[in-house]
Order: sequence, then C-alpha cells, then structure tokens
Amino acid sequence: MQALRGVSVRVAAGDYVAVVGPSGSGKSTLMHLLGALDRPSTGTLRVGGRDVAGMGQDELARARNETIGFVFQAFQLLPRTTAVDNVAMPLVYRGVRRGERRRRAEAALHAVGMGHRLGHTPNQLSGGEQQRVAIARALVGDPQVILADEPTGNLDSRRGAEVMELLEGLNAERGVALVVVTHDLELARRARRQLRMRDGLAELTTAEPAP
Amino acid sequence: MRLGEAWRVAVTALRANRLRSLLTMLGVIIGVASVVMLVAIGTGARQYIEGQVQGLGSNLLLVVPGEISFGSAPTTSRLTLRDVDEIGRIAGGRERVAATVTSGETLRAGNIELFATVQGTTETVPDVFVRPVARGEFLRKSDVDTRRRVVVLGASAADRLFGDREPVGRQVTIAGVRFRVVGVLAGTGSNSLAGADPDLTTYIPITAAQRLFGTERVDGLAVKAPDLATIDELGERIVADLEDRYPGERFSAVTQEQILGVVGRILSLLTLVLAAIAGISLLVGGVGITNIMLVSVRERTREIGLRKAVGARQRDVLVQFLLEAVLLTTIGGLIGIVIGVGVAEVVGRFSPLPTAVAWWSILLAFGVSVTVGVFFGVAPARSAGRLDPVVALRSE
Repeated sequence: MQALRGVSVRVAAGDYVAVVGPSGSGKSTLMHLLGALDRPSTGTLRVGGRDVAGMGQDELARARNETIGFVFQAFQLLPRTTAVDNVAMPLVYRGVRRGERRRRAEAALHAVGMGHRLGHTPNQLSGGEQQRVAIARALVGDPQVILADEPTGNLDSRRGAEVMELLEGLNAERGVALVVVTHDLELARRARRQLRMRDGLAELTTAEPAP
Repeated sequence: MRLGEAWRVAVTALRANRLRSLLTMLGVIIGVASVVMLVAIGTGARQYIEGQVQGLGSNLLLVVPGEISFGSAPTTSRLTLRDVDEIGRIAGGRERVAATVTSGETLRAGNIELFATVQGTTETVPDVFVRPVARGEFLRKSDVDTRRRVVVLGASAADRLFGDREPVGRQVTIAGVRFRVVGVLAGTGSNSLAGADPDLTTYIPITAAQRLFGTERVDGLAVKAPDLATIDELGERIVADLEDRYPGERFSAVTQEQILGVVGRILSLLTLVLAAIAGISLLVGGVGITNIMLVSVRERTREIGLRKAVGARQRDVLVQFLLEAVLLTTIGGLIGIVIGVGVAEVVGRFSPLPTAVAWWSILLAFGVSVTVGVFFGVAPARSAGRLDPVVALRSE
C-alpha cells in the first residue's frame, strides 16, 4: 500500500507552504519525508539538492541537523532541562563547543522573544512559551526550512496566532522556508501555497508566487 | 557528538532519576561490597594462621608419628624420652629438641579453677619456640631430670588464676597434684580465634607430666634446624632413624613451609569460592541494570526520537545509553568498594575475625562492575539507537 502517490512538490528558499488535509490523508507521511526522517520506497526525494536514496542513516541524520528545523505539535522539549539547553541540543550533534552553543541558543531564544526565560524548564513555561522555545530550537542551527507539524494544535487560538506570527516573521525576515502541516483550513490560507492532501494524493491550489 | 558531551547527558539523565539510579546500583553495590569484604576475611584468616605458625619460631621441624595428610586417623605415639635424646644427637645438640606431652587439665589456685592445656615439656622450649618469659624463669634441665613439680604459666592462665597478685612462688594444683609456680610467659598477643588461646597453655617438666598423665610416651617433637638449607635433609635423617628403631611404623617431619602451603591452599580456595558466590550477586545486579535500562529506553522513546530528528546518529544514542549503564555500575562499584572496605575494617576491629583488605579484590571488583555495565548495557543501548525517529516521536 502506498501512503503517498503522485506527490510532486518543491520547496524553495523563502517559500511558505501549508500542507492541509484531514487526518489519514498522508500529511504526516509527507512531513516525515520532507524532514528526511523517512526515505521514500519509490520516487525521489532531494534535500538541499541531494537525493536521499543514496544517503546512509548517518548522512540523513546530518542532513536533518543542518538543513531542517522541526516544530512539533506537542513541543517535544526535554523535561527538567532549561530552555537554553533544550535549544542548544541540535548543536551538540554538530560538534559545536559548549560556550558557542550557549551563545547561539541564547541568540535564538532572544529572536523568538524568550530572552527572559533562558534558565526556565518546560514545566515553568506556558504552552505558548514552550512552543516558542521549540521554535528557537528549530532555528538555532540556521536551517533552510522549518517543518511545523500542527504547531498550534496544542494552543488556544490567541497563543496559536502568536506562534504563527512568529513563524511567519522568521520566514519573511530570515528567508527560511516554512512548511506548516495542519488540518485547519483557515490557518492554511495564510500560506502562499497550499498543498491539499486527500487519500495520499496531493493538489497544489495556489499558483507559485512570482519571485 | 563528543564523548564529554555524552558523559554530561548521561550524568544529567541519572540525576533526573536519583532514587531509581540508586536502586538500580544497589545490586552492583551489594555484589562489589561482598566481594571485597569476603576476600578481606579470607585473606585475614590466612595471614592470621601464617602468623601463628611463623610465631612458633623459625627453622622449625615438627616430628610426629604417622603420616601427615588430611583425613588420616591420628596415630598413637610410641616415642619416648630416649628417642628425644637420640634425635638431639642427630640434630646436633639436646637444646635443639623440644618434646611435649599434652593434656587438658584443671588448674586450681585457692578457690579459682581453670581448665587449660597442660604441656609437659623439656627445658628447651624457649630456645626452640619463640616464647619469652615475662617473670621468674622457665623450667631448668634439673627440673626435668628430677621430675620436680614446678610450673610455668601462660600469660592468660596467670592472669585468671592470680589476677594482680604475683604468681611466682605460689602454689597451683594440677589434676590434684600441687606444683610451685616458677615463671610466667610473656603474652603472645594473638587473639583467641576458635577459642584456642595460646596464652592459656601451661608448662611443666615432661617427666612430671608423664607421671601425672600416666604415660611413658612423648606426643610430639619439635626440632630447631641449624639453618633452612638443611632442614629437609635433617627431617629425612630423623624420620629414617626413627623408622629403623620402630620397624613397621611411619613417622613424619614437616616444616612450617609445608604446613603453611597446605593451609594456604585451602584458604585460597575458600576465599575464591566466597568471592565467586559474591560474584553471582554482581551478575544479578547486572541483569537489574539491563531491566532498568530497557524501561528507561521505553520511557524516553520520545526523547530518543527527538534527538534523532535533530541530528543524533544511531551511534550517538547508543553511546549515550551505554554510558548511562556504565556510569551506573561504576558509581555502584565505587560505593560498593567503600562499603566493603568499611565493613571489613569494622569486622576486623570489633570481632574476633581478622580481616585484611586485598588490593587485588578492589581492582577486580571495580573492573568487573565496569564490565558488567558494558555487557548488560549494550542490549538496551542498541535498541535505543535503532529506534525509528518517526515511530519514536509519535509515541505518547
């Protein structure tokens, strides 16, 4: 059985794509493929221009580390670990030294408006704040694309809107591509392009924006 | 990922679950502590016995009837005082030979009674064995020749019978016969392991003892060889001479080295068996480590998924969990060593059991606990490293 069929999508630098569809439509599978967490059984997936089919597990891990920033619905912060250490974690696997990691993590936290919560642990933060820390973690490695899987799913509408504004601001100011996976059509409409998923088939509904 | 970083992550993870970490370590702690402690007791026992045997004197040859082997029935002695003279001639002087006849008897001074080992001996005992006299003097040749009823008390025997009073010159009744105290031996300082206190032994002339015990025999002979190089040859000559005089009888001459060799082998084996039993608990502790690490991997599935999503390689995750297991057993091992050494010291100081902590047991216990960590940590660490990040992130 194929979870995805005939999906052809290209996410360019600075792009803003929403992947939308009901649950079971294949959004998550697409998200995992885009995030280089999975390799396609058939077809081609290129990350940063390289075909993942030829990459080993270690290379995939490195590709994730250097090109992709993940934002999850449930934040996925390490408990009992400070915001700075949570944000700095991806840099550990890049071999960045401790002092430098801390400096960059602090900068990323300032960028998401969490500069006043550096030493707080997740249970001392509100949901919106936790998602901001998670976004800082996605940002800290200077990725080419941020993949956000239902980033507002665990937040009330106001906090959700704030988080979306933050992500869109990063997309606009830093030129980092943004892919938001959601089942919320209203949220999807904010993106420049929408990829509508249904039963493993995708349909691009908005024309590619002029460069 | 740098190794130093992996250590930091492992320490953090263990700290986050202090109580569980401690309980997991408990198996290793108990195992290591018992290895160190039991080996200390075994080593202490061996050193004690070696000290006792060596404390008898140097270059000593013990001549006894029958064959010396464990399990053989004791042989009734047929040796007499004439043989003692003969052996003295072979050994190069009567003063080199001490003959004994031993019996347990009741000693009485005033209304105090004491059951002690009474040895009838020749006057040569202080020369052959190392038994300095504290007060008075030892038996003389004339005491032995004239069967005089005089007694030299062991330090503890004198203390129990006379307390603070001066024993020399007083009367002691042995098996109903009165003896005059002529001397008191210096204490040997050894404690009474298994109740055999050498300071309770009391000496009377062998001739008087033979009459008292109603025997013509001599139980045993000790010969002080002129030097260690000829001790075996001297033993052979004495045995050959005795077997000539008593056709059909067997005699044996053993040196301290031979006694120590046998005792040492038995105690080494005993120590090894004790250590092996303690080692089994280390093994059980290791299984506990595997169990807890598997639980930990399951519990932290999402953490593993996240780490992999942000760039951790399979190896990074494996190393992290392996280090956690090794850290657990290493810390457990160190705590176990401290406890084992501590308990061994306390036992050595406050109980009659002598203990001596063996440095090799500490190294062994430490090495084994680190190995246990690697061995029992690998399986959970591999399963952690192999987790599919997609599946791991989805788990709740």
